[in-house]
Amino acid sequence: MIDREILLEKMKTSPYKPMRGKIIETRMLTEKEKFFRIELEGRINLSHQPGQFVMVSIFGFTEAPISVCSSPTDKGFFDLTVRNVGVTTDRLHKLKRGDIVGIRGPFGRGFPIDNMFGYDILIVAGGLGIVPLRSLIRYISHHKNDFGHVQILIGCRTPHEFLFKEETTEWMKRSEIKMSCTVDKADAEWHGNVGLITTLIPGVDINPTRTYAVVVGPPIMYRFVIAELLKKNIPEHQIIVSLERRMRCGLGKCGHCQIEGVYVCQSGPVFTYADLKNFKGECHEKAS
Amino acid sequence: MKYAVIQKENLNKWLLHLQKKAKLYAPKKKENLFIFRPVKDVNEVALKYIPTILPPKKYYFPQKERLIRFNVSPFKTSRAIKEFEEFILFAVHTCDIAGIQCMDIVFRESPEDPNYLNRKDKMAVIGIECLDYCDQYASCASMGNHEPRGGYDLMMVDLGEKFILHINSEKGERLIHGLVYIKEADERDMVNLERVREAKKKVFKEEFHASLTKVYEAFDKHFTSKIWQDVGKRCVACGNCTAVCPTCYCFDVTDEMELSLNEGIRYRIWNSCQMEDFAKVAGGEDFRKGRDSRQRHRYYRKFKYPVDKFNRYFCTGCGRCTRTCMAQISLAETVNSLLAGEGELK
Repeated sequence: MIDREILLEKMKTSPYKPMRGKIIETRMLTEKEKFFRIELEGRINLSHQPGQFVMVSIFGFTEAPISVCSSPTDKGFFDLTVRNVGVTTDRLHKLKRGDIVGIRGPFGRGFPIDNMFGYDILIVAGGLGIVPLRSLIRYISHHKNDFGHVQILIGCRTPHEFLFKEETTEWMKRSEIKMSCTVDKADAEWHGNVGLITTLIPGVDINPTRTYAVVVGPPIMYRFVIAELLKKNIPEHQIIVSLERRMRCGLGKCGHCQIEGVYVCQSGPVFTYADLKNFKGECHEKAS
Repeated sequence: MKYAVIQKENLNKWLLHLQKKAKLYAPKKKENLFIFRPVKDVNEVALKYIPTILPPKKYYFPQKERLIRFNVSPFKTSRAIKEFEEFILFAVHTCDIAGIQCMDIVFRESPEDPNYLNRKDKMAVIGIECLDYCDQYASCASMGNHEPRGGYDLMMVDLGEKFILHINSEKGERLIHGLVYIKEADERDMVNLERVREAKKKVFKEEFHASLTKVYEAFDKHFTSKIWQDVGKRCVACGNCTAVCPTCYCFDVTDEMELSLNEGIRYRIWNSCQMEDFAKVAGGEDFRKGRDSRQRHRYYRKFKYPVDKFNRYFCTGCGRCTRTCMAQISLAETVNSLLAGEGELK
């Protein structure tokens, strides 16, 4: 708790000033995604909630909002997984063990873990969506007795795109977690499910009123997944979604992440479907 | 002394005094328009002016502002601005003062923005009340900003051969303290002020065709109105409307490096929600594709969202967005069309 107070104090004096974060481990997870383990100055804990994000700075290349993919129960460091898509992330990919990055945060509202206590959990991850969800999955596995049945569905376009392969294999072996994977397009080595992630949902066995469903993925994916979950009668306020938005400040000021009147960086990125459905536009990318 | 008076012939003397106290900014003529500038020659200060090209926000929320100074190796950061300068904004219209109040709320909201607040701490505002319309583009009466509603240190009102000054803060008091040519207002001055305000009621009429509450309701109802498509079709996405708006504060962050490529400064620069990539994420998804949805967003950020959040309209009625629009998109016309329920898909 003390770490959290140190962080809040830093934010108050200068919310734009990043802390020093040392990269203590890196690993390429796929051709495009790189994993980083980061230690903050003084080895203080990031004290985040699963689902929150940090602004990662590389001086000269500004900042990018990146989801934290470790659990607050992982002490002394935190993990990020970054896809190489832009100027800042490209530069980030060039960094190696021992290099320094700037860290601001954690920002936003994470998954409502306290509300989820005692419920069954259905996690649906599409593509990169597994990154923020890894923080939740790790949290749940460290606090398994707080939750009911846990089911995880993971979908990717191709088998090459699966992230955290070793960990998912380990989750698969655990008796208290049920896992299924699917790919849109198989290759010669793939023997599992083939098809969109939505095809896995009708088959899951859940008690809807006792279940929290957590969905993270691209807009095209979560739109259809939510429709399937509603068919299963999961209440709207028990369907949890995390959104991706452009962000420059993380402080609810710069305006980029706004959906109607809401700053995603402060009120999100995690929302319930009950919150989201009232947005009249802008929540999903328009078809045209 | 709540009210003071100054004879107009002494105004320049007072300006010279203010100039010594702090950095002084005032409106000045530039070709056929006006701009806020540091006062060099007190004779150039314009008291009758249509809203300046840019609102005075450029002084309390600079277009390009230093956030932090950094060192790549060894990793180090420090404050980019050691000390903020005392300054006075002179002859600010009540609409622009309303704009300052809006920005205050945004930057005071937790997490607070120290750059803005520290700069604002050093600012004094001397307002001037308009007794007549600046031009046909203003909608200040509908927005209720044609009259002073606080947010200033001193407010000047023209009473003919003199100005009456409303002293609204200790800071304001200090700006006139000890000056022999600024005297306490007497009863006649107060009667004159009443008379001027009465006369003003005949001049200023609500520019929108209904009350603000009705305007809010219209926005609440007409999110999908065809009006937004019409506005979007005309808009050229130049971003002028947001640059000149006294309540637009969206920004981008950018780093600039020294030649050494080791030291640099992180800046924030004004940005506009009208720009194509404003809401686009790295993966390519764009959540406000189309000028129609971007223009609608701008309007809703004036008449709906801040009302829900702060119980305050973020349109000040200054008319700048209409005055500057290359495509002749008129704020008052758009609002009135919404009120009339035009463009509803039947």
